[in-house]
Amino acid sequence: MQKEMAYSFPDEVLKHVFSFIQSDKDRNAVSLVCKSWYEIERWCRRKVFIGNCYAVSPRMVIRRFPEVRSIELKGKPHFADFNLVPDGWGGYVLQWIAEMAGAYPWLGEIRLKRMVVTDESLELIAKSFKNFKVLVLFSCEGFSTDGLAAIAASCKNLRELDLRESEVDDLSGHWLAQFPETCTSLVSLNISCLGSDEVSFSALERLVDRCPNLRSLQLNRAVTLDKIANILRRAPQLVDFGTGNYAAELQPDVFSNLAGAFSSCKELKSLSGFWDVVPAYLPALYSICPRLTSLNLSYATIQSPDLIKLVSHCPRLQRLLVLDYVEDSGLEELASSCKDLQELRVFPSDPFGVEPNVSLTEQGLVAVSLGCPKLQSVLYFCRRMSNAALVTIAQNCPNLTRFRLCIIEPKTPDYLTLEPLDAGFGAIVEHCKDLRRLSLSGLLTDHVFEYIGTYGKKLEMLSVAFAGDSDLGLHHVLSGCESLRKLEIRDCPFGDKALLANAAKLETMRSLWMSSCAVSFGACKLLGQKMPKLNVEVIDETEPPDSRPESYPVDKLYIYRSVAGPRFDMPPFVWSMDEAVKILH
Amino acid sequence: MSKPIEHDYIGLSEQQLPSMEKSSDKKDGLHLKDTELRLGLPGSESPEREDHDQNVLSLKSFVSGAKRGFSDALDGGGNWVFSGGSGGGTEGLFSPRRGGKNNGGKDLSGSDSGSVLKDGAAQKPSVVQEKKLQVAATSSHGNGNIAPASKAQVVGWPPIRSFRKNTMAAHPPKNDDGDGNAEAKLGSGCLYVKVSMDGAPYLRKVDLKIYGSYKELSSALEKMFSCFTIGQCGSHGVSSGDGLTESRLVDLLHGSEYVLTYEDKDGDWMLVGDVPWEMFTDSCKRLRIMKSTEAIGLAPRAMEKCKNRT
Repeated sequence: MQKEMAYSFPDEVLKHVFSFIQSDKDRNAVSLVCKSWYEIERWCRRKVFIGNCYAVSPRMVIRRFPEVRSIELKGKPHFADFNLVPDGWGGYVLQWIAEMAGAYPWLGEIRLKRMVVTDESLELIAKSFKNFKVLVLFSCEGFSTDGLAAIAASCKNLRELDLRESEVDDLSGHWLAQFPETCTSLVSLNISCLGSDEVSFSALERLVDRCPNLRSLQLNRAVTLDKIANILRRAPQLVDFGTGNYAAELQPDVFSNLAGAFSSCKELKSLSGFWDVVPAYLPALYSICPRLTSLNLSYATIQSPDLIKLVSHCPRLQRLLVLDYVEDSGLEELASSCKDLQELRVFPSDPFGVEPNVSLTEQGLVAVSLGCPKLQSVLYFCRRMSNAALVTIAQNCPNLTRFRLCIIEPKTPDYLTLEPLDAGFGAIVEHCKDLRRLSLSGLLTDHVFEYIGTYGKKLEMLSVAFAGDSDLGLHHVLSGCESLRKLEIRDCPFGDKALLANAAKLETMRSLWMSSCAVSFGACKLLGQKMPKLNVEVIDETEPPDSRPESYPVDKLYIYRSVAGPRFDMPPFVWSMDEAVKILH
Repeated sequence: MSKPIEHDYIGLSEQQLPSMEKSSDKKDGLHLKDTELRLGLPGSESPEREDHDQNVLSLKSFVSGAKRGFSDALDGGGNWVFSGGSGGGTEGLFSPRRGGKNNGGKDLSGSDSGSVLKDGAAQKPSVVQEKKLQVAATSSHGNGNIAPASKAQVVGWPPIRSFRKNTMAAHPPKNDDGDGNAEAKLGSGCLYVKVSMDGAPYLRKVDLKIYGSYKELSSALEKMFSCFTIGQCGSHGVSSGDGLTESRLVDLLHGSEYVLTYEDKDGDWMLVGDVPWEMFTDSCKRLRIMKSTEAIGLAPRAMEKCKNRT
């Protein structure tokens, strides 16, 4: 009798308990305890995250979770960011919106990444969801300002509109004026990706005026420096601000106006934007620098001395994005001033130049690793590296969770010893036990993969380019990295053997991308045939892979697990290795 | 290090993986091959392949008149471009002829698929010359007429997001040294413009910076959109070979009843080919392959505008 009581909580109680469980992983675990928990949980799940929009169909999601209020979808493979995925590949959101329009009338939040979003989709969102609050389009494309106008006009309680890094077709700048006068609910607005003439500034000012809860505002490049002060004075409660153009002729009244406006923003913690910076205007920021925790200067083409001056005013900085104009000297200053630094990203100012244009080397990163013990996340573009430097970095920063190093020239060896950088990256994976994400570069043999397979037990995402000698490299990774979810490889001599030997592993991962490698068409077909829960897709824009011998390598390969079966929205240059589809093709 | 750990796995391969020892015997730490001077792209040699049937197979497919001939095996050249360009490199019907060397009449492709297709043959010096002529034939992400001294561009490398690339390219960094380097920097960025074609279900994007002339752009676009015009193309063997002038741009597309137009900075739609190439790349915002019937009246405006500018 007593044992039974332990399991007989009324559903309402369980529901209430579950409502405190937000993370997807925990929710999934809860749903596996027993059938009744599965049932209760699925009825009260409000947020769904789908890392690969083709892993499951909209219908399946709706069937299992009937009361969803918030959905997040990701579409194209990560390498689409670097133009490796041809246009038309897929990732269309329309069908999802269409199905959810009927099933989720109370859907309030849609977050999309690397998906194709048409005006039709946006119009459907605007029409279908009366309580729509949050739209985040991260690195999306396919829509225009007409679609945005529909959202602005119809979504009466819109809280967030974030278009970061999306490609928007500029048709008219007046979509912002479509926000009704009654709309006062905006909390976050990111229009930094819009082109020069796509925003009506007066409409923007009025909007900012009437939204007292606006916390995050990222302007686009068209907004000139003299206008910033006006905006800031209307929104002194801002926490996160992205300037537009930070350039103007130096005029004392413009400067003092700007400095005054910034100083009135007592909550401001995060700055970005800074296109076309005139360094003389940077001191206008000094009053807020002591509070800044995040600074994105990665579009600011200012030189090291100005960067140093600015950074030395920001002792609380946790996150810095910057161009390599910062140079080693700037990073040394960063290391001595910003002890709270957790994330550093250094982008190349001249990635295609033959000669280095700035004095940024591995020394800068070593300095930061030494001076900033809380460093967790690194993205670093440079032109030379050494094993010694990597070992030092690894030893200084055992808490690294994300380490992405891009040595600009492929296959660059250790510049001191001319050896491969296997030992250096090996030290990274060995010392940084919580490493979740790693991107490799430089000259690398199969040895580095052995290290990764041995030590990278928490590694979830690995990016590999121009590395390795043989299938053994790939085998080390697939057989050793227990937590691996995403693997993307380009231009490596990995072929059939490792892939086929580790076929089952692929079902435990979200996806695998391989381009310009040595996987044969025959192997792809075999995988597709034997592994029904995997979608094996071959991408070849020149001609059908079966017009060549089976031993020929495929151009690009994308494998992902799916419970939805093969997709049917593939363009002509994508071939599914699924048997059923082949018959239909 | 110990042998690789083997988990329970479904092994679909019949062959054993090479053991650790064997692999390390093959290559000592120093990869001499990678550092030897070559004229190709860094890393453009393929890894050693076990079956050297590739060349034989490629010959076979070439002889049988397959759309795609791996003629690099014949040239002895390795590939120039890493595959991955979203333009594909098929020659099919559209390849311009390369200077003299190859089998007359037959379409040859400089295959641009991955380096792994070729065996590790070192590149011959003649390859560079050929590549220059061949350049129009490669994918849209191939390399333009680049002198050997400057850096060849590999698709998607370094891994920089398009958003960032386009932002930096559109507004080149100011140079305090002010010695005119800004011009050079602008040239080394990239400039993606959208290309739409009437009737095609989706847009493509091309990087104008990698082409040096209208001819190259036109070839690349033909290839990119050929799948939408199958059945409408006549023979496109370019009989006159070299010396195509810009005014013949329309001819290259005429077999498929389309013309190439572009939208310039002022928002006007113009016929491609009327202005000098550099002026075109500076002002082109997007491209559109439109039906010839709709393009009537564009040409005169373009000429007028050009006159007004100069």
